[in-house]
Amino acid sequence: MRKTEIAVIGGGPAGLMAALAAAEMGAEVTLVDKNNNLGGQLVKQTHMFFGSEKEHASTRGIDIGKLLAKEAQNHSKIKIMNNSEVIGYYPDDGVIGIEVEEEKFVKLKADKIIIATGASEKFLPFVNNDLPGIYGAGAVQTLMNEHGVVPGNDVLMVGAGNIGLIVSYQLMQAGVNVKAIIDAAPKIGGYLVHASKVARLGVPILTSYSVKAAYPNQITKALERASIWKVDQNWQPIPGTEKVLKVDVLCISVGLSPLAELLWQAGCNMKYVPQLGGHVPTRTNDLETSVTGIYVAGDVAGVEEASSAMIEGRLAGLNAAKSLGYDNGTYEEKHQEALNQLHDLRSGPVGEKIREGISQLVS
Amino acid sequence: MLLQNGIPTTEDLETRIPPKERLAKGPVVMIECFQEIPCNPCNTACKQGAIQEFKDINDKPEIDYDNCTGCGLCVSKCPGLAIFIIDETYSDKEATVSLPYEFLPLPKEGQEVDLLDRGGNKVSQGKVVKIRNGKYEDRTPVITVAVPKELSMVVRNIRVGGDGK
Amino acid sequence: MRIEQHPILTFEKKKEVEFTFDGKKMKGYEGEPIASALHANGVMVLSYSKNSHRARGFYCAIGNCSSCLMTVNGEPNVRVCTEKLREGMVVETQRDRGDLK
Repeated sequence: MRKTEIAVIGGGPAGLMAALAAAEMGAEVTLVDKNNNLGGQLVKQTHMFFGSEKEHASTRGIDIGKLLAKEAQNHSKIKIMNNSEVIGYYPDDGVIGIEVEEEKFVKLKADKIIIATGASEKFLPFVNNDLPGIYGAGAVQTLMNEHGVVPGNDVLMVGAGNIGLIVSYQLMQAGVNVKAIIDAAPKIGGYLVHASKVARLGVPILTSYSVKAAYPNQITKALERASIWKVDQNWQPIPGTEKVLKVDVLCISVGLSPLAELLWQAGCNMKYVPQLGGHVPTRTNDLETSVTGIYVAGDVAGVEEASSAMIEGRLAGLNAAKSLGYDNGTYEEKHQEALNQLHDLRSGPVGEKIREGISQLVS
Repeated sequence: MLLQNGIPTTEDLETRIPPKERLAKGPVVMIECFQEIPCNPCNTACKQGAIQEFKDINDKPEIDYDNCTGCGLCVSKCPGLAIFIIDETYSDKEATVSLPYEFLPLPKEGQEVDLLDRGGNKVSQGKVVKIRNGKYEDRTPVITVAVPKELSMVVRNIRVGGDGK
Repeated sequence: MRIEQHPILTFEKKKEVEFTFDGKKMKGYEGEPIASALHANGVMVLSYSKNSHRARGFYCAIGNCSSCLMTVNGEPNVRVCTEKLREGMVVETQRDRGDLK
């Protein structure tokens, strides 16, 4: 069995920052990630990030991912296990079970654990929603921006939140036509600057519209058309308002839900908080869950933005290290700075939902 | 209708259009940022003290138009691609609009392109006057196009290879 | 269906390898996910659901959702959205639950 002081599970923005912060305080860290490359979903974010300089604003997500990954790789206190998928946590023994390279089973015991496993894309019920050609918006982003393959020719984007708007823009950048972006809500959920960006390209954004059905090509069995219809203020579809779009790709971008399996296994106190995307753990202000020694950061702690995920990671890393007695004299200052940054990012009108959600969880 | 389709209305724009007197003096910034979001790189990018420091990172940018030189260093740094430079003194009949353009193919200087409004509709044709696409712009090239003067507040995108070629 | 030119990204050319899909020879890049190689070859239907026999493609592309299970080199239930393509791989449409060997 391997041993480490702090195990960080997930090498996305939150996990990378957690590992770096803990190592910088002097703790010995093992960072476990199922992918070959570190960076999590940053590896496909070709757009510039918001926030301030401290959160790498104006830098593209892909470049932030590379920067943090390199820093972690070069840090002598951080041991990286990539191509390593955590497949279970055994709370009685405090052992993390890891499948390495799909061959070896490795047991890892850590004094403290930071869970930063991220989130997965939600699905949407409608007729024929399982047709090939219907993808999560993030999946299309992976296919295009990571692997260089376009999903098809004509796209219907369902969901006008930030992911739906950003992926629409990126589809257009890859030369794919986005026929429309629809959202059942009466107003655009994502940042309006993202909406204006796609509007300028001539992509219509239709609010108060939802998908009625998808239709396959009889020969290929893959998506060929989709129908949409207007919904009223009670989210009920209005018959007679149907429009049919000829599309071979339909992207679903209706939110993410936290990948919280390990938290459940660990016996963390979980609560359903719709503002944060689903079941999330109760935690202290310092991101420790109800199970002593288990911390959370990033989307698994509540679906938000990558910039706040990075700071949450930093906060969790600092605190996990501190709890083991590591403090190089800068803890107080860095800890306060991270709390201030999180406060600033969430204090505006677009942070209202997040504030409401977190207030239900912090003890 | 900004909240419904992403296209700002005349009323939305009124709050963001630089003063007439300032427009008459030469190139000046116009930031089409209508929502309080946590973001401040425009302030960080401005070396002229024109885009004011944010008290709260969620504030919308405030501009001291007298300090703005229209240098355009903020254009490629806005993550929302919401910053434009307008020069209404370019010629008798034409103004220029400098805009961020992250698409291929890039036009060439002197090339005639389609001029699009905020809804992506073609409103005219115009010549590309200048392209800035260096290390600083970092894959967000800034394209300056000549537009009929009356369209200086209308044109916000271009299309390469349309009727205008 | 591969992106040749992109305003932000440059894709490094990887080694081309051959594989088969339901007996048909195809080409892809070594180390890319099998699903992306299939997609680049125009293959969108990866499997059929075991009860209603409905066509399935991938959904999440990052190994979370299990919509993309195929038989690879005789082994069923392989998530082809994350499984890396290798020279000579035998990839087959999966139509049932598959048997463990």
